[in-house]
Amino acid sequence: MSSRQASLPSLSLDNVAVMRGNRLLLCGLSVAARAGDVIWIRGANGCGKSSLLRLVAGLLTVMSGTIHSEGRMALADENMALDANVTLEAALRFWADLDGASAEARHAALTDMDLQNLVHIPVRFLSTGQRKRASIARVLASNADIWLMDEPYNGLDSASCTRLDQAIIARVASGGIVLVAAHQPPSINVAISLILDSQDIAV
Amino acid sequence: MKAFIALVAREVRLAWTGGGLWLPVVFYLAVATTFPFVTGPDKALLARTGGGILWIAALLATLLPIERLILPDRQSGVLDQLALRGWSDELVATAKIAGQIVAFALPLLLATIFGSALIGLPEAQLGSLLLGLALALPALSGLSVMIAALTAGLSGASALGGLLLVPITIPLLIFGAGTLTEDPGNAMQLLAATSLAITALSPFAAGAALRAGRT
Repeated sequence: MSSRQASLPSLSLDNVAVMRGNRLLLCGLSVAARAGDVIWIRGANGCGKSSLLRLVAGLLTVMSGTIHSEGRMALADENMALDANVTLEAALRFWADLDGASAEARHAALTDMDLQNLVHIPVRFLSTGQRKRASIARVLASNADIWLMDEPYNGLDSASCTRLDQAIIARVASGGIVLVAAHQPPSINVAISLILDSQDIAV
Repeated sequence: MKAFIALVAREVRLAWTGGGLWLPVVFYLAVATTFPFVTGPDKALLARTGGGILWIAALLATLLPIERLILPDRQSGVLDQLALRGWSDELVATAKIAGQIVAFALPLLLATIFGSALIGLPEAQLGSLLLGLALALPALSGLSVMIAALTAGLSGASALGGLLLVPITIPLLIFGAGTLTEDPGNAMQLLAATSLAITALSPFAAGAALRAGRT
């Protein structure tokens, strides 16, 4: 569960198709990413951006095609996965301990997302933007090779957007892969820009 | 193993903070307190039936934490995050069952000492009542996690949970009541066997339900 991959992270999707609730959501999707790539996924509501990330994370099964990945993954989606009744510090430490992340990595993540002043506040009192930053900090602290970020810019103020940009740039510069699903155009240099078109084929 | 203990510790902490720890215990003792009001203060009758009532109360107390066992973790994404980290659903279920044994079964056993005093159970019966409940409570913990996983997200989950739990616990109840007789030996062995089978199978059933519920 915390085995560090010796090889470089990589991610490849080959001719992937996904069904969600009798709808063919993605079909014939092929992507290959190497260490240092940012994949920016755009598309209309309901076109399968979140499903694509959950697919890569292994939380959904493909209908056809193959997915191959090397490296540990971390996911930040609309669910924060931080316990509401404990302090932000304790909630983040739970996941950092499971990930075998050091205290330094955790503190660096809190600093990167400008959360140092909130560490003693119970998670349930955080605002929408602060929650978003907290779940991004969970990904940052995880030290994972592949980041899967679903709408990470939603609810962030402009200063926090810049901080997130910098964190993503730093991660890919150190040989990671970052997948971002977003509505807005990329604010950073991306290796692969993926636009999902809503096929909406009823089966 | 360290990660597993961290997960069990989290379950116990959630029970502490979410009322899951004292609520079943208070309920259990409340049943023990109200029972003599119905039967009247007939000491002989209470001595004969009190043990059985505590068994029923323990069974019903099992239902109380069901709604907070799985659903909050599914909604907050904790189950997704664990699956992403390579945890099998069976292992997550095992951790939750272990957490239930610490945060539900042990407090209930302690409360049994008070409950039996409230009912006026003969001291000779207290030993076999405690041993019988200690044998059955891991199975009840496993069943509560399994039913919580099966019903998470369904409307009327707690009522459905009751319907599911009661038939499965009938063997435990029959052998459990059997241990309250003069010679509890055979019933105790059957109770241990039944409890062991249910406890061992429940992580797999709960794990399958967790997997099926992932969308």
